[in-house]
Amino acid sequence: MNDFLNIGKAVPKRDSLSLATGREKFTADIQLDNTLHLALLYSPHAHAEILDIDYEAALKLEGVVEVLCYKNVPRVLHTTAGQGFPEPSPYDTVLFDRRVRFVGDRVALVAAESMEIARQALRLIKVEYRLLEELFDIEKAMSDSAPRLHVDDEFARIPVPYQPEKNLAATLDITFGDPDKAFREADFVEERTYSMHYASHCAIEPHTTSAFFDEQGRLVIITSTQVPFHARRIVGYLLDIPTGEIRVIKPRIGGGFGGKQEVILEPLAALVAWRTKRAATITLSRSEVFISTRTRHAMRIHLKTGVSKEGRITALDMDALMNAGAYGPHALTVLSNTGSKVLPLFNKIDHLKFKGRTVYTNLPVGGAYRGYGATQGYFALNQHLDIIARRLERDPIELCKEWHIGEGEGSRVFEVLGEGTEGVEQIIRSCKLDECLDRGAEAIGWHEKRNQRLKGPKERVRGVGLAVAMQGSGIPEVDMGSASMKMNEDASFNLLVGATDIGTGSDTILAQIAAEVLKIPSQKIIVLSSDTDLTPFDVGAYASSTTYISGGAVQKCALKIKEQIISVAANMLKAETKELYLGEERVINRQSGEELPLQDICTYALYTKDQFQIQAQASHTASESPPPFAAQFAEVEVDLLTGRVDVVKFVSAVDCGQPINPPLAEGQVEGAVINGISYALCEEYNFNSKGKMVNPSFGDYKIFTAADIPEMETIIVSSYEQSGPFGAKSISEIAINGPPPAIANAIFDAAGVRMYHTPFTPERVWQELNK
Amino acid sequence: MFGNFIINGEKKEISFHSSDLLLTLLRDNGFTEVKEGCRQGDCGACLVLLAGKAVNSCQVLAASVMDMEITTVKGLGTIHEPHIIQSAFVETGAVQCGFCTPGMIIAAYALLKKNPTPDAEEIKEGLDGNLCRCTGYEKIIDAVKLALKKDRAK
Ligand code: FES
Ligand code: FES
Repeated sequence: MNDFLNIGKAVPKRDSLSLATGREKFTADIQLDNTLHLALLYSPHAHAEILDIDYEAALKLEGVVEVLCYKNVPRVLHTTAGQGFPEPSPYDTVLFDRRVRFVGDRVALVAAESMEIARQALRLIKVEYRLLEELFDIEKAMSDSAPRLHVDDEFARIPVPYQPEKNLAATLDITFGDPDKAFREADFVEERTYSMHYASHCAIEPHTTSAFFDEQGRLVIITSTQVPFHARRIVGYLLDIPTGEIRVIKPRIGGGFGGKQEVILEPLAALVAWRTKRAATITLSRSEVFISTRTRHAMRIHLKTGVSKEGRITALDMDALMNAGAYGPHALTVLSNTGSKVLPLFNKIDHLKFKGRTVYTNLPVGGAYRGYGATQGYFALNQHLDIIARRLERDPIELCKEWHIGEGEGSRVFEVLGEGTEGVEQIIRSCKLDECLDRGAEAIGWHEKRNQRLKGPKERVRGVGLAVAMQGSGIPEVDMGSASMKMNEDASFNLLVGATDIGTGSDTILAQIAAEVLKIPSQKIIVLSSDTDLTPFDVGAYASSTTYISGGAVQKCALKIKEQIISVAANMLKAETKELYLGEERVINRQSGEELPLQDICTYALYTKDQFQIQAQASHTASESPPPFAAQFAEVEVDLLTGRVDVVKFVSAVDCGQPINPPLAEGQVEGAVINGISYALCEEYNFNSKGKMVNPSFGDYKIFTAADIPEMETIIVSSYEQSGPFGAKSISEIAINGPPPAIANAIFDAAGVRMYHTPFTPERVWQELNK
Repeated sequence: MFGNFIINGEKKEISFHSSDLLLTLLRDNGFTEVKEGCRQGDCGACLVLLAGKAVNSCQVLAASVMDMEITTVKGLGTIHEPHIIQSAFVETGAVQCGFCTPGMIIAAYALLKKNPTPDAEEIKEGLDGNLCRCTGYEKIIDAVKLALKKDRAK
């Protein structure tokens, strides 16, 4: 193992004390003088045409400054997906449309002197709707008789399969080999249908944005976002304002999980500020977050495998039908990730077919959500693995070891499935999945507990289940991060990164990476992140990219700084640069043993001779996206009388390359696991027959609390990814993939019933038990 | 209307509306460490101590707590002199985004006041009213245990 000064160390998250003592500011904590408060009117109908809006009375109300709707806001098609440009998501959204497509779609906005007045004004707006036929069923969306949702000028920005005339927000079809023949020749075929449901990200900080003009008349947007640079670009595009006139600042962010990779509120606050030349602020209520923002895409997956009696999958056919909801942000890319992050894991299947369809419906809008399609794909694949293993009377761990991709191997799926374009060929350089399987199995007691039908207290039975997964580290040849650094005379360094710390701790680990290169304690790095005026560009916090991509930029940048330090030292010591090397906080002459403290070097450069600022900048992209790997195990207890499922213990063994900061890495796993368990067991959007979510509150949409969590064990299995900074890969998303299938497999192990559809509520499990 | 409020040990005269929630009053007067996650009493982000008892400030009318002792997370400790619980949150990695943290720390404080020797289950129950989506609670529970240990060692 390398002897690191900073890497692999439990450096406390740099803002944790200021957060714990209440000093840090989140968007809504930055209160602007004389600000306008914005409130939105939402559609009560799932599908309707707006015949007219009468907002005269609202406008007359004292304290109301502006009412916006389709009548006075230019119709500019765009996507709210905060992705690289041009986005692979369809341009199917406008700020205010004449047609509403889900309960919660935006109808009008009021800007007023207070929130109370704004809300009061909403009640005075009269909207005349003509109801249109609704579409809720994804299976029916493509039928000839289904109503169409997008019939105007919606378009795809890049040549991707987009057929709104068929309600298709995206399609994908790939085939290798001859699956039909392989199925005919297989010893047996397993074919099942699985589905996953709608879910909310539930970042505890709701979506919120403020916009105002600075002293010089430039538009400043402070916002709770994962994508400040994309937000700047999209606002500029929608309002027709040059990028240089807009500054986006990301303060502390109260969690994202994909929900804030969406540019929803920024254009509204900016538009009001632009029109009124006043500050404008909007904070969604919890119910607005549930109803009007973004969700996990519900998906139905039909999975068919041909298997030989020796236990090889000879053919696989995955048919994924994804519900975009009313608009298509991430419609193509989440779908393609269901294939590209899942199918390569078992890479020895010669005959393969993947068919994906994303359809529009009159339900809330799907978007990016931690796991990004892989969660849905792995739900199907891991139950299938368990089903096949049981049929073959084999241990799924052994099968998995035979099937999974290993070091030095590739997959054709990587090449064909990219993010709106073709994919990128890649060879796996680091994979410790076998070790994850073994250590995880040991921790859960797999071999003692599986197939034992263990009895718990009373009418309860216990079982164990396994799930494996891989994810990615950034989007290859798409994502870019950059960093700049300068040195101060006390040998501290300012590090400026576009990378967006939304609570993950990226400011901390990026400082650790820089400090490691410069052989200094990471406390000597001062980090400023995500201010579009001050920091260089970064795509933002998504696709598990920050450690790998932005970290790569920071490493490169610090190496340039190191070179400059050595060269100044060479001048000072009248030595050749190659005689010198960087020691801890000093430069040392190999031959003479002479040493120069870093402080002296910077002081010399700033004040003495041939003066200059030691500074550098660097950008980084990657031509590959090395996957982290995980083996996750659930032990559950099923109450045979009530159908209630309790997770007793959950083990995650994750290969994330070299962990930069082990406690922060564990924290990513633990958060993802509990989100995953909570989603599998109790979180649910309940819709009435009119497509309205009827439980938009934390009281009715139950998420796990401390009292609900099982015993958790997280094992970080180190590997070394040679293409990553100090051997690192990603970790933020992968661990959400395991809980639903591991729990489903454990329920089967315990009670002999298979849960093909999430969530595994007591009612659903009871129904299966009593079939 | 005007009223006297004792916030973090300081007496303040504050103008407010009779219908204002304590949460709104606090946030409008600079105590933005009290967070709003739901306004429905479901998330605990707005938790403060009211005469030593933890309450969701979004469920309390400001007018009803005039002249009462109100403590926010800033009243427990500062960045230079953090409370044991605050340092324990830092040391265990219990703070990710930190949005739930002020409320969590207040909940932990109230729990330890009421029950200075909670076992693991009691800690979990004590934090039951506070939602966190980032951490999975594991390290938050560790933080409370660490604070307990440190407190005993004092
Ligand atoms: S804001 Fe008060 S409980 Fe959520
Ligand atoms: S740390 Fe983010 S909600 Fe708890």
